[in-house]
Amino acid sequence: MKFISIDKNDWTRGIDKSREKYQLFGPVKDENGCLIKKLEPDVQPDMGLHESVMSAKSVIFPQTEKILNASLDESIENHHIMQRAKTDYSPRAVLGIRPYDAKAMELVKLNFDTKDFKDPYWCDAYEATVFVGLGITKPGPFDFSTSVGTGPFCEDGLDVLLADLDDTYLAKILSPKGEAYTAACGFNAIVDEKESQALFDILRKEAEKNIVSQVKIDKLKEKTILELHEADFWDDIAFACINCGTCTYVCPTCWCFDIQDETKQKQASRFRNWDTCMSPLFTRHATGHNPRGTKVQRVRQRFMHKLKYFLDKYDQGIMCVGCGRCVKSCPVNIDIREVCHMMNSYEKQD
Amino acid sequence: MDTCIEKIRELSADLLEKGEVTKVIGFANGTIPMATSPIAIKTKQDVDKLVFNSTCGLNLANYVSGEKGKIAVIAKGCDSRNIVTHIVENQIQREQIYIIGVPCTGMVDKHKIAALFEDEIIDFSEDGDTLMVSSLLNTQTLKKQDYLKDNCLYCTHKNPVLYDVLAKDPVEEQKFDNLFPDVDRIEALDEDAKWQHFENLTKNCIRCYACRNACPLCYCPTCFVDESGPQWVGKGQNKTDVNTFHFLRAFHCAGRCTDCGACVEACPMGINVRDFTRKLNKDSLELFGWEAGLDVTKRPPLDTYRPEDPDDFIK
Repeated sequence: MKFISIDKNDWTRGIDKSREKYQLFGPVKDENGCLIKKLEPDVQPDMGLHESVMSAKSVIFPQTEKILNASLDESIENHHIMQRAKTDYSPRAVLGIRPYDAKAMELVKLNFDTKDFKDPYWCDAYEATVFVGLGITKPGPFDFSTSVGTGPFCEDGLDVLLADLDDTYLAKILSPKGEAYTAACGFNAIVDEKESQALFDILRKEAEKNIVSQVKIDKLKEKTILELHEADFWDDIAFACINCGTCTYVCPTCWCFDIQDETKQKQASRFRNWDTCMSPLFTRHATGHNPRGTKVQRVRQRFMHKLKYFLDKYDQGIMCVGCGRCVKSCPVNIDIREVCHMMNSYEKQD
Repeated sequence: MDTCIEKIRELSADLLEKGEVTKVIGFANGTIPMATSPIAIKTKQDVDKLVFNSTCGLNLANYVSGEKGKIAVIAKGCDSRNIVTHIVENQIQREQIYIIGVPCTGMVDKHKIAALFEDEIIDFSEDGDTLMVSSLLNTQTLKKQDYLKDNCLYCTHKNPVLYDVLAKDPVEEQKFDNLFPDVDRIEALDEDAKWQHFENLTKNCIRCYACRNACPLCYCPTCFVDESGPQWVGKGQNKTDVNTFHFLRAFHCAGRCTDCGACVEACPMGINVRDFTRKLNKDSLELFGWEAGLDVTKRPPLDTYRPEDPDDFIK
């Protein structure tokens, strides 16, 4: 594995250089908090301690994305025939993200990129993107990433992992994509592999030690779906829920979407928007019947999907990377760690 | 603040024990600093779960509509005003609800406090008017008065307006010459700047609808943004659609909003949602002498007609 040392004085110059070949995305802090945004030419990523309210998923999977177009003008050839919308899939790099946000992309990939079906919009964007993570040296109180198989220095899904060494970033190059990106930045001060790896290991262990929040997921696999589904705690969990979409939108692994057609004069467009299983509309049939018509059913669905159905279906852990964003942002403080505990320790009473 | 929590628990236990109510709706401790969570207490044994402190910024009137039997609810001044509004709007009957009123000294603004810290807050406690807040890197002792939610700063109904029992003595109400300096500031902007102000307000909106769903006024079975046959508003991030949601929701709250600030409290993106409703509250007061949720016998101004209603807009 190749390691590069980047002097922080060269950082901005380097990433500015990379703008010639890459569109850049990264955390941007404004008066309302930290968000992952497309970086305008004069904007630098915020490489500070703040966790972005939203994850990096929108870089690959925008909240609203035009996917198809058609002309309704009958004088034009191929009118009324949907064609793929033009989207810029030139190389892009997302900088300074939390490492588990890239791991989340790998989990989401299980849905969008399968043997039988490939979602062209998601796959093309994913292919075009370089993920540059920043190791978390001071995990927040909501971070339970080590309990769910990720962690503050998780490398899964990343192309480059940076470690903040005060005056320099130590970069671990994890893929050819990452190699190409650092080359485009002009970062080429290769450092000793063994020493660097040892340093990474120390930082990782130190950061993992500082994670104060843990969950247990060891028994979820052996529980039966029906028993969990019928468990007696859902009403209590759901009572406070206001059924907003905050938890699903801030989640790096929630990937549900809705398709909407819009027309403007002679132009028809098909959009894909993030959707949320918290909304009654999510499952309402055209007949008016709603199989998840009540709040408690919807709350249960979210947790069952993340912590049980996904686990059973793919056997690759739960659909949660432990970032804690939903814990922090939920207006009524419904805490997935508590729900996970209830599910994991649930024993049916006869 | 004097949280009077012992009294709240005692009253709640008594009501549940005597079977006068089926549940008591209040706040429970959250799992993270500066958070509380609405809870329904159904047995006397569980009343110790109830808490009341300066982080109870949501509005519990949001949890009472649609209830069948008789319930009790812990109500601050603003919660009580929304209960009045619910009664006026037939969302619940007065006889169905036992109101444990809590004179309130204001709720803290979590965004203002978080902005003081480089990293995440890991501990929050309060003692009277003093707040103790820590992150890993820093600890600060703050005066609560300096970190109140904006709506609490200008609150003139700290004491519940409708209640069956008060958990402590009433607090002194504030008086102001001008209740709406924030609206004045926006009104003083020229047209373009005013528009820009509202454009900026919605620029980070993710349409999670936390503002709407935390609002006790927003009980429509299907909100206009969720209607699909016919569909009124696009569902994506198109700016016009996002703004339409906020503007129309605000107008739907005109003459009904109690300025409880639950919308701001709930917003994960830190949007000052009250900027949409405050001008309408000001107009209600200036044009109709009306403040929402003060009297169960009075209909709100926009669903009544009086010959003396202002009609200057008819040219």
